[in-house]
Amino acid sequence: MSEYLHTLAFGIYPYVAVAVFLLGSLVRFEREQYSWRSGSSQLLRARQLRIGSNCFHIGILFLMAGHTVGLLTPHEVYGLLITAPQKQMLAIVSGGAAGTLCFIGLTLLLHRRLFDPRIRATSSAADIAILAMLWVQLVLGLATLPFSLGHSDGNVMMQLSHWAQHIVTFQGDAASYLLDVDWVFKAHILLGVSLFVAFPFSRLVHIWSAPVGYVFRPYQLVRRRGAARPVAGSVR
Amino acid sequence: MKVRAQIAMVLNLDKCIGCHTCSVTCKQVWTTREGVEYAWFNNVETKPGIGYPKDWENQDKWKGGWKRKRNGKLEPRIGSRLRVLANIFANPDMPQIDDYYEPFTFNYQHLQTAGESKAMPTARPVSLITGQQMEKIEWGPNWEEILGGEFAKRSKDRNFDKVQKDIYGQFEQTFMMYLPRLCEHCLNPACVAACPSGSIYKREEDGIVLVDQDKCRGWRMCVSACPYKKIYYNWQSGKAEKCTFCFPRIEAGEPTICSETCVGRIRYLGVMLYDADRIEEAASVENEEHLYRSQLDVFLDPSDPEVIEAARRDGVPELWLEAARKSPVYKMAIEWGVAFPLHPEYRTLPMVWYVPPLSPVQAAHEAGHVGWNEAADLPDVKSLRIPVKYLANLLTAGAETPVILALQRMMAMRMHMRARTVENRMDAEVLRQVGLSVEQVEEMYKVMALADYEDRFVIPSTHREYAENTFDLKSSCGFSFGNGCSTSGSTGANLFSTKKTSAGRQAPRVEFRRVPARPKPAEAPLPAVPPTPTVPRQPEEV
Repeated sequence: MSEYLHTLAFGIYPYVAVAVFLLGSLVRFEREQYSWRSGSSQLLRARQLRIGSNCFHIGILFLMAGHTVGLLTPHEVYGLLITAPQKQMLAIVSGGAAGTLCFIGLTLLLHRRLFDPRIRATSSAADIAILAMLWVQLVLGLATLPFSLGHSDGNVMMQLSHWAQHIVTFQGDAASYLLDVDWVFKAHILLGVSLFVAFPFSRLVHIWSAPVGYVFRPYQLVRRRGAARPVAGSVR
Repeated sequence: MKVRAQIAMVLNLDKCIGCHTCSVTCKQVWTTREGVEYAWFNNVETKPGIGYPKDWENQDKWKGGWKRKRNGKLEPRIGSRLRVLANIFANPDMPQIDDYYEPFTFNYQHLQTAGESKAMPTARPVSLITGQQMEKIEWGPNWEEILGGEFAKRSKDRNFDKVQKDIYGQFEQTFMMYLPRLCEHCLNPACVAACPSGSIYKREEDGIVLVDQDKCRGWRMCVSACPYKKIYYNWQSGKAEKCTFCFPRIEAGEPTICSETCVGRIRYLGVMLYDADRIEEAASVENEEHLYRSQLDVFLDPSDPEVIEAARRDGVPELWLEAARKSPVYKMAIEWGVAFPLHPEYRTLPMVWYVPPLSPVQAAHEAGHVGWNEAADLPDVKSLRIPVKYLANLLTAGAETPVILALQRMMAMRMHMRARTVENRMDAEVLRQVGLSVEQVEEMYKVMALADYEDRFVIPSTHREYAENTFDLKSSCGFSFGNGCSTSGSTGANLFSTKKTSAGRQAPRVEFRRVPARPKPAEAPLPAVPPTPTVPRQPEEV
């Protein structure tokens, strides 16, 4: 029974989560784009936000990139440069630093959201829930650090990346790689996958809209009624 | 030459009585929704004063508008594209709601539900954000009305730059004027330039600047970038909102609601033709004092056959060309030179222009308070109550000459009309001094003094049928706020955690505790009720 649950949680659930994540995002973008926004509360209270939001975002962007590259780069590729134990140490140090930065920021933001009367009164349940989920997830992530330091040979890290790589390459045996890892990794993964489920229903959708295109567009935008796309203005 | 048309506005400050009808009708139409209670797409400020939001003209603080770089190129004052993106997590140049004011209502219900108490029950202020009672209202949308507050605070007004302002704190010397403000629908809008998601745009047909509510992601950069602080962040929807120039009305050939309801008939709407290819050059001239002139050069003469031909080539409809020739805005801004842009030094090339107020001059002149300029054979406008430098700082980036000429022309119009109608003589000399013909002054008088509806508003309707299939629009939901026709949330459980657009907490959400009645002594007699008159008892018969 427990093996069945294990497979369900780490072999099946990730696919359900990614399906909800992609389809949910698409439906929301198509049907409810008015609700698609970052949901900033800076207008109501800038205090705590300046440090909190910057620390949180910089930290979490680094963590996201680190997880993607770290989990999905095949061993054979990074093996050309560094060994698995070295890579694990790199992940622990850089992830620990970014995680700490993110933790400071996220704690400030959560505190502000819960205890500032203006922010609390204007928060939706989803706003608070997603922030709390992220905070717990971050704490779990930081809690993996002492476990990782306990086995510095890089084996657990290899297990985890095997799991991730087998999931994204649709190999049915992904869950088996997580049978022997510590509970804290399992909890971190389970909540992480759940964040994908929550994604389309929360303000996290603004991640899709990271405005990188702004760097390349002309300053002025002019639209003609009925024109599908805006025509660029004369001022660049 | 690339000809475009825009509906532009002129406000004749000489006639503004500060009644706020424009603000109130605008608010009723556009911003009585949760999240924008604090927003006034149109507001009327008493000048001198720091305005709404506080100190909005201080671009050292708010970083609105454009700055000219050393190489002559323009860049939003908030910074390059990369700096804008670097500040996206927390915008350091954004005003907070307290810089506008915390929106409030009053707990009127309490007046009806209060228990018995010694003092009269009062309706106390309640925040429309938290729903909690507010101890004290610190600031409001019109806090400085008619010189309210101390001069020391009001005189932080940036238009006092290079004015010896101390004497205007004295009661006998003080002055004031009203400044109604709305979105300027600029030719070179800084909000559009600063929007990371590209959701703000200028409409090609009529120049109205709008926020695409679906595309806006709430990055808040437009709020800082607009030097007039006329973009508001809706804290409920998380989107930017702004004056729409009442585009559904404009499209139908009707004036904006603020113009329509203006009691003093100070607002004018008309078509301006401009050369879109000249915008960048005009906005980048080095000397700020030349920006007014350079913007004038962007406008095209609607009677010039070459312009007409180019306009036709660029798709400006015939109806619009005809309206451009009758445009009251063109007359005031170009022909008579009595209207000016608001703060041209922001380099946005604003399209809502202002006729400077002539201080109460006629009476003052007759009482001998205003000096006579012998050289010009006119009252000396420099000795008017409102310092010319102050008006120049407001309207021409400090250049006094055009403002003086405009004031002189308005004064000459009065003197001419007075001579003609009261004294029954023609005073051609005074007109010659200010370079106006009798015909021009008669028309000025008709448009600016009489200000008939047809003279104030010359608005061609938009030919939507060329761009849209009206059959498809049949039975559609038409204009709507917020999420439009979306039925999301109608079941109460909202999938995407958004609230429906509502009027918000106009009635306080928090029920106040009833004031407990003072405990009564147990044996106390009933409250004194006026004794019921009773029939005096007849002495009993023994």
